[in-house]
Amino acid sequence: MAPPTPRRAAALLSAHGFGDQAYGVATTVAALAIPALLVAIAYEVASAAWLVLDTFGWSFITSSEWDPVHGRFGAAPAIYGTLVSSLIALLLATPLALGVAIFLSELAPSWLRAPVAFLVDLLAAIPSVVYGLWGIFVLIPLMRTHAMPFLRDTLHLGATPFFAGPAYGPSMLAAGVILAIMALPYISAVAREVLRAVPRSQREAALALGATRWETIRDAVIPNARSGIIGGVILGLGRALGETMAVTMVIGNRAEISASLLAPGYTMASLIANEFSEATSDLHLSALMAVGAVLFAITIIVNAIARWLVWRVARVGAA
Amino acid sequence: MQRYAILAIATLFTAACSGGGTERGPTSSASAAGTANTSSSAQLTGAGATFPYPIYSKWFNEYASQTGVKINYQSIGSGGGIRQLSEQTVDFGASDAPMTDAELAKAKGGPILQFPTVLGAVVITYNVPQLTHPLRLTGPLIADIFAGKVTKWNAPAIVAANPGVALPSTDILVAHRSDGSGTTYIFSSYLSAVSPSWKSSPGTGKELAWPVGLGGKGNEGVAGVVKQTPGAIGYVELAYAKENKLPYASVQNASGAFVEPTIESVTADARGVADTLSASSDYRLSIVNAAGKDAYPISSMTWLLVYRHQRDAAKGRALVDFMRWMYESAYKDAASLDYAPLPQKMRDALIQRLTQIDVGGA
Repeated sequence: MAPPTPRRAAALLSAHGFGDQAYGVATTVAALAIPALLVAIAYEVASAAWLVLDTFGWSFITSSEWDPVHGRFGAAPAIYGTLVSSLIALLLATPLALGVAIFLSELAPSWLRAPVAFLVDLLAAIPSVVYGLWGIFVLIPLMRTHAMPFLRDTLHLGATPFFAGPAYGPSMLAAGVILAIMALPYISAVAREVLRAVPRSQREAALALGATRWETIRDAVIPNARSGIIGGVILGLGRALGETMAVTMVIGNRAEISASLLAPGYTMASLIANEFSEATSDLHLSALMAVGAVLFAITIIVNAIARWLVWRVARVGAA
Repeated sequence: MQRYAILAIATLFTAACSGGGTERGPTSSASAAGTANTSSSAQLTGAGATFPYPIYSKWFNEYASQTGVKINYQSIGSGGGIRQLSEQTVDFGASDAPMTDAELAKAKGGPILQFPTVLGAVVITYNVPQLTHPLRLTGPLIADIFAGKVTKWNAPAIVAANPGVALPSTDILVAHRSDGSGTTYIFSSYLSAVSPSWKSSPGTGKELAWPVGLGGKGNEGVAGVVKQTPGAIGYVELAYAKENKLPYASVQNASGAFVEPTIESVTADARGVADTLSASSDYRLSIVNAAGKDAYPISSMTWLLVYRHQRDAAKGRALVDFMRWMYESAYKDAASLDYAPLPQKMRDALIQRLTQIDVGGA
């Protein structure tokens, strides 16, 4: 005996209502879980860092002395190293990645496009410890015997403070180069997709106006993709700021601020990775947590600037 | 978009879990031990130093096959081992540096006994292609080199220690460990013992404020810098130097003799200390620069850390049984893995000391 039709419809409806509600709740929880996690991490790190921030105050950020034996902690060299190595990485990676992206989206014959894109993307899949080992055994010997003497002596850049001093190999420059290679696939992948998303009509219009291929790319394609490209660069920057293992293996780990890029340096992530497992005193642990907090804050600030930049570029583009 | 969100959540959770994992490590297998009646089915968990890990894992394997007692050991570093033991998340800890009074005071399970297990040595490795003889160094000279006070290979102090050897006029590049390590602890405690100025700064520790030089991560990082850079000098574990066939210096010991690091000369160094040891020692001993004309001076012990009052009787008994087995019959493997055994006299004293562990349970 079948139940009356209206009741069945109502049951169905309420079942659907429940499904909708459950789905709504589930997605809301998922969406809120991320910010909640972020806040929880920030709280944990900040509360663990409080001891050292309370002890040293601003000098924790401005002092260059990092001496776990005597319990004196200043993170300035690590902050400087993180920013400078990431900056070098972006300066090297951005033009290269843009070149790769433009070639792949605009110029490459179609049979070449997929394999090259695949290989570039593959760079992102290599574990960072492999980059580090490659850095120690291949990149650093090459830099010490060829690249660094070339920059310093052949190009006479040694006269500037940025390339002065002995070239041992492990250095800020080596870290920047490794980071550039690691950030490149992120920038190029995003830039490639963004360039390809530029409507065909833009290109055709430029060509119809008599623009050369280069002019088309420069004046019609890239301006349209500008905010997306900046987004890709920011993604690469995020990668560079947080990278730990590969940098630790090639930067020389010296807590000192030196203008020369040939001199060893330190980054915040390396400092934490190097010392956390053997840190036992409360102050030392707290100092490492504080370094983590500063890194966290810098990442947030950089991302905020990036957002603002993307927003501004998009607005200028629209106007 | 949704897919990315799920991915992101998964990644974050994995990150959170693995972060927690390294900090807190294994949860003690209380349930397994709770149901165990005899020590033969007990399971022990330990965490700590990486330096003795090769020989510990060999011992734990062999002991498991002989007795069925499984011992899980996480080589997460001495600092982590001390933290976990203090939080009572593991049954024993292991450390390359003895626990300090401040660390002991923080342990939640009461007094901790520290038992030396094997000896390790730190060797000075160098890259001076012109040298045909092993380099000879004195303690104060090593301190001056690593402090950046001696900067040329043909400095008078190095020439004086190596009579008749032609040394190049090249710069010395110092390579040191960048990661916190027992190796650095041993090396710096030796330098503090032989050089008053080193003792005041940078001092003794697992990580230091190095006056000069490049930091390499791990033995391989230091060895990498030294191997590749003519003129470099660094310090690594004896076992690592031997496995990788690195050159190493003979070091002048407290009796004035230049001694090459070997298993025998390292044990000889501990013997100098063992002979003068009092029965009530807490074994927080430094054996650097000990007496004895055959002793290699940059040697140290590594320790197992156990609570005096064991919470779980079955586990406590299993732990004591293992340690007795270790002291009585496990050292035949040590030399093949380049660890130096403790001198016999000290082993006998330590077996006696095992009776101080109270396995009565909580």
